[in-house]
Amino acid sequence: MTPTIDRSKYVTLGVIWLLLLTMPYWLPMVGGYMALGTRVVIMGLAAMSLNFLLGFTGVLSFGHAAFFGLGAYGTGLALKYFTHSTPLALVLGVLLGGIAGAVLGALIVRRRGVYFAMVTIAFGQVFYFIAFRWNSLTGGDDGLRGFERQPIDFGVWQADILHRPILFYYFVLLLFAIGTGAMGFLLRSPFGRTLLAIRENERRARFLGVPIEQHIWLSFSLSCFFVALAGGMYALLNNFADPTMLNYTQSGEIVIMIVLGGIRSFWGPLIGAAIFVVLQDYLSSLTTNWMSFLGTIFVLMVLFFPRGVLGLNWTEMFRSVLGRSRQTRPQEGGNLS
Amino acid sequence: MTDLILYNVSNGLIIGAFYVLMALGLSLILNLSGVINFAHGGFLALGGYFAYTLAPYIGFWGALLVSPLLVALLGLILERTMIHRLYGRDPLYSLLLTFGLAFIFEDVTRAVWGATGLPFTVPDFLTKPLSSQFFFVTGYRLFMIAVVAIAVGGLFLFLRFSRLGVRIRAGTFDLDTVSTLGVNVKMLRSFNFALGIFLAGLAGVLAGGQLSLEPTMGANLLMPSFVAIIVGGVGSLPGTLLGGLLIGVAAGLTAVFWPAASDAVIYVMMAVVLLLRPRGLLGEEGLLT
Repeated sequence: MTPTIDRSKYVTLGVIWLLLLTMPYWLPMVGGYMALGTRVVIMGLAAMSLNFLLGFTGVLSFGHAAFFGLGAYGTGLALKYFTHSTPLALVLGVLLGGIAGAVLGALIVRRRGVYFAMVTIAFGQVFYFIAFRWNSLTGGDDGLRGFERQPIDFGVWQADILHRPILFYYFVLLLFAIGTGAMGFLLRSPFGRTLLAIRENERRARFLGVPIEQHIWLSFSLSCFFVALAGGMYALLNNFADPTMLNYTQSGEIVIMIVLGGIRSFWGPLIGAAIFVVLQDYLSSLTTNWMSFLGTIFVLMVLFFPRGVLGLNWTEMFRSVLGRSRQTRPQEGGNLS
Repeated sequence: MTDLILYNVSNGLIIGAFYVLMALGLSLILNLSGVINFAHGGFLALGGYFAYTLAPYIGFWGALLVSPLLVALLGLILERTMIHRLYGRDPLYSLLLTFGLAFIFEDVTRAVWGATGLPFTVPDFLTKPLSSQFFFVTGYRLFMIAVVAIAVGGLFLFLRFSRLGVRIRAGTFDLDTVSTLGVNVKMLRSFNFALGIFLAGLAGVLAGGQLSLEPTMGANLLMPSFVAIIVGGVGSLPGTLLGGLLIGVAAGLTAVFWPAASDAVIYVMMAVVLLLRPRGLLGEEGLLT
């Protein structure tokens, strides 16, 4: 996150984008399928969006599934009732999730820590119950059906994202790039630096004249907009949205993806999402008791591996193996608070 | 109409009583250790299932006492082996740990006792309606209210008058000072955790007789319990008691007029409380905010 990106960051960035861009070509070789790869990218965006708030502002929301799900339902409902344009439906879904997040955020922005987590969990459940109970609109427990992502017309060429999974993957990847690019840009701006300052020492930031509540609210709202985008794409992927997408267990899964990948790293959540999604896919095909396995992973993760895959600081391990000098990175280490 | 309203208010009170038991346990643990115990619902369900399995051997009354104790013992073991490591760390980690435990509990309960609801039979004399007009006032309901009242009354007396209870309350405000004064904080937290879990187990046995036993029964009561704590005020046990009863009755009353909204109404209440009185009805400013 330093303004001058050092070489290893370029390498990381290059490797990540190379892998993402060529995924349709290498994924089948390692036993994956296109929808799984698309799901990884979408959940990666969801986890990175939440990490904008959790890892880079230091505020724990445990209710982000609500906005993820609102994005999904918004997109699905728009496609079902208003429009045949996939991008427009997505925009409407993002607006629904994002605005709901902004309104709720204004209500809870003064709470901190455990209290903030509890309030977000509880409010998140409101939307779960609405989706669950409002049968006539949302399809209730059975989920929202009866919509399909529509081909996107560019005039000269029509991208049939419905019947060609690979095109849909690149459509998702494009939005992923826009979303993560925007977040990366925001984090390197003075605004993003201020968020880091709040995370590190809220009281000091307050004394320096930073309007804390306003910044946390903005960070919360932005994070909701991005997670709603991920939710909308998830609905498009499955042509389906169901209430469990809004449930707090979904929030917990997004949080564990972040921790799995590394909470202090920008790309960590993507890696965490990849591990989680693939593991879940694999375990649920293998055993009906996958919840136990997943729970065990949570427990072991927290007890023995709390800084995640990227938290291990591979570059330094690599460098120390090669006998090069160690570099200290200021934003690593220290307790979250 | 009056009957209908009375019926639903009494339903609300019953449900509220579960919320209270559950939320008091959660509150105890949250106040002293700063841990949101997501697995609390899992402990509750286990309490119910243990009672179901034990009842044929030691009878309903035996199960009512032994099952919560067993669950509390399990809670104590988990606290000593895992959860205590996360005290003082970012709340994120204890949240995720107990979240994982909740997953495991639900899955194990389902694997052992099955996914379908099991009936938990209570003694006959408790199930008969006491009056023909108010058919819903069964002995079991009164019995349940009595047990909850005794448990809650006992808890408050314990916290008010026993040395251990006073230490728990003191620890809620300033654990460092309590520790400096020579209290074994480690033991205090373990005991407090087990006490909270005991209440969940008790709620589980009672809920088993009223609702049916399902692996998800605890998880369904968890969210309203959070709401009860927030409405009542984080850090205040009387607040939690008040919050639990309030949202129970509110949900019951809403069920009369607009059944579809009865799940959501408690969250609306929470929003209103947060807007008008952010610390909760009986909460104190500055605790855990």
